[in-house]
Amino acid sequence: MALLEVDGLKIYFHTRNGVVKAVDDVSFSVDAGETLAIVGESGSGKSVTCYSLLDLLPKPPAVIEAGTALFDGEDLFACDSVRMRQIRGNDIAVIFQDPMTSLNPFISIGEQLIEPLIYHPDKMRIKDRKTARKLAIELLDEVGIIEPEARFDCYPHEFSGGMRQRVMIAMALINKPRLLICDEPTTALDVTIQAQILELIKKLQKTRDVAVIFISHDLGVVAGIADKVMVMCDGTIREAGGTERIFYNSEDEYTKKLLAAIPEGAKLLPNRAEQDKPLVTVRNLKTYFEDYSKGSNGKQSIKAVDGVSLDLQRGEILGLVGESGSGKSTLGRSILQLAPTTSGSVTFDGTVLGDLKPKQLVPWRRRMQMIFQDPYASLNPRMTVYETLAEPLLYHGLADSNNIDQQVRQLMDDVGLAHSQMRKYPHEFSGGQRQRIAIGRAIATKPELIIADEPVSALDVTIQAQILDLILELVERHNLTMLFISHDLSVVRYISDRVMVMNKGLIVESGETEALWADPQQEYTQQLLKAIPLADPKRERLRIANG
Amino acid sequence: MAIKELQSEEQGTSLWQDAWIKLCKNYLALFGLAVLGLLCVVSLLTPWIAPYGYEEQNLILGATSPSVEHWLGTDIFGRDMLTRIMYGGRVSLTVGFIATAVALLIGVVWGAVAGFVGGRTDAVMMRIVDIMYALPFMIFIVLLMVVFGRNILLLFLAIGAVEWLTMARIVRSQVMALRKQEFVEAAHSLGLSQWTIIRRHIIPNTLGPVIVYTTLTIPSVMLLEAFLSFLGLGIQPPQSSWGLLINYGVETMEEYPWLLIFPGIALSLTLFALNFLGDGLRDALDPRTSKD
Repeated sequence: MALLEVDGLKIYFHTRNGVVKAVDDVSFSVDAGETLAIVGESGSGKSVTCYSLLDLLPKPPAVIEAGTALFDGEDLFACDSVRMRQIRGNDIAVIFQDPMTSLNPFISIGEQLIEPLIYHPDKMRIKDRKTARKLAIELLDEVGIIEPEARFDCYPHEFSGGMRQRVMIAMALINKPRLLICDEPTTALDVTIQAQILELIKKLQKTRDVAVIFISHDLGVVAGIADKVMVMCDGTIREAGGTERIFYNSEDEYTKKLLAAIPEGAKLLPNRAEQDKPLVTVRNLKTYFEDYSKGSNGKQSIKAVDGVSLDLQRGEILGLVGESGSGKSTLGRSILQLAPTTSGSVTFDGTVLGDLKPKQLVPWRRRMQMIFQDPYASLNPRMTVYETLAEPLLYHGLADSNNIDQQVRQLMDDVGLAHSQMRKYPHEFSGGQRQRIAIGRAIATKPELIIADEPVSALDVTIQAQILDLILELVERHNLTMLFISHDLSVVRYISDRVMVMNKGLIVESGETEALWADPQQEYTQQLLKAIPLADPKRERLRIANG
Repeated sequence: MAIKELQSEEQGTSLWQDAWIKLCKNYLALFGLAVLGLLCVVSLLTPWIAPYGYEEQNLILGATSPSVEHWLGTDIFGRDMLTRIMYGGRVSLTVGFIATAVALLIGVVWGAVAGFVGGRTDAVMMRIVDIMYALPFMIFIVLLMVVFGRNILLLFLAIGAVEWLTMARIVRSQVMALRKQEFVEAAHSLGLSQWTIIRRHIIPNTLGPVIVYTTLTIPSVMLLEAFLSFLGLGIQPPQSSWGLLINYGVETMEEYPWLLIFPGIALSLTLFALNFLGDGLRDALDPRTSKD
């Protein structure tokens, strides 16, 4: 008998606008020491399924309509709240997606870690502070925190994202659970850190023989870690089976679509770059910020961009790759004069932008635009699509009140939005549609340069593929030059003609995309490339084994 | 910016048109609006429809409880309460709305500019606010009176001068959070001028808290007027305002409770109506609340 057996689970959300079937007749089982990956896009019901096991769903509106979840023979849905509290953390633990928000910033790491030991609902298992501390330090050591003794009393903000996720894992493991639910535990992390965390989860699973449910939207991530894969869409199971069968012999259309949507391989379109006719020239650009953090005396500064030079040829798509904190976004903003530069120059079509006063910049702003990462934050929530798209057109005098309607319709056609959605507000759209609106706004002024800052990293994988193709198509049609910033190397490879790797404010390496992929010179680049998870179980296992 | 009339389903409309459509579906807010409208109309027409003159005394009658001749009773000088409440409403509503409007205008613009521009400008502007906060209100009023003498305009000025401070702070904190948002950065990269960004992208997104605070300000301004009148700055008897009537009513609460109850009801009614309308407006101006 399996450790966890979920049978015929139905969870409906009773909202004002009717009943939403979040999970509809889902059954699965997990054995001890086994990893089940639940893969699906946002809204597929993968998280709802797992949260229902621990009674973490908001009720109402959520109602478990039918089904059983037998955990070691005990039905989790029949537990009262006291029993549920014992199961949570004790037998089943959860690791959440965002390590930045899932730790309390006012309590030290160690204190949060030993909390479940000291305030345990089961009186028998309460430990005294000294034992708890010792246990916690051992565990911190096990999850790879260096000098756990000293780090015990540190606060969450003193840890990096990857370290926080390690702490979260330690927290989940402290009561020796038998089932670990990982809800996108690496989505918010850089690719090299992601590789480390995945490895850690795998190692811990082996040494502790726990069952793992690994929720992810990324098939590449689960390829190396899962024994079984379950693909969900719209609340139902589309396909379930052994990892290799799902990856190599998928029978379901949706699974095939998911697999096909993973950006892989080189850019298919030819390189349109015109040689030696740079649109943008950056020379020795430095952008420093004042450092207000603890221990700095206010005179030191954070060197976000520390002497970068680059040429962006007309018609080129230049990929800029780097991990968080590498200064890649700041570089993009500095080129557009959105972040104040400390020194160096940015030349756009022969004009040094830094010499211009804000008013003089306005005509140049029309010629260079930006696409932002988060389509939820980059649109004014109180402006309709029509207003958002009409604003740049009217402001720059590209349209007047007679032809504005027609121009907005044209833009909506360009980015693939239906005219009937013109007077809707951003919140009524999905993430992908919002990104289309944001792209529409960026191309409204007929710019020559577009800086795209992680334009697809907040999107589901199938949507991501659509948006990437849309970007490629628009670049082609409107003859755009693009700086494409991303942390996702596969995406950059798929879209760019040339790639630059950035680390700690400096360009580490640059070159033609395929040449760089085939033969990275710098160690940092090699590490980055090695850490990319492959959506291929055999190759992925080989990669991990060699890594 | 050209905003055309609603022509078809797919025509772009503005936030305000949508808000109006949504407000019309919110019956509680409409009720509030209707009550406020009624109060305003009555106040405007008071000189023609009031049953008595506001200074008509009947000392022999004295304070009487509600009767057929005097629906809401009379005060100790035998003056008709209904008449006095109606006249009082003229003063209170005018003060409430105008002084709040003044505070709203200065506070929102000041706070938005300070929060948006930031840096030294922000520091200077907010220190001015701090200084104004620190100034004892009484001394400020007395100073104004010494310099300008008694004047109803001065009343608006004095109330406006204190009420905009909190508004400015609320708006500033909102704006500081907003200006880091990507849609504001997107507006920058479109080349919009700072003022256009403040007007089109920042202020509409601060409306929620501003509206709520405004609906709370209006009644407090009405009571502040009573205090100023007591100091001699506002209006003088035999003229009346709701604040003054309530003040007198409190003094004689035990013998003549209706002198307190009826002006109290008038003020509460306004407050309720304002709150309903304010909540409705806040929801209507937030596109994220459901459209139906």
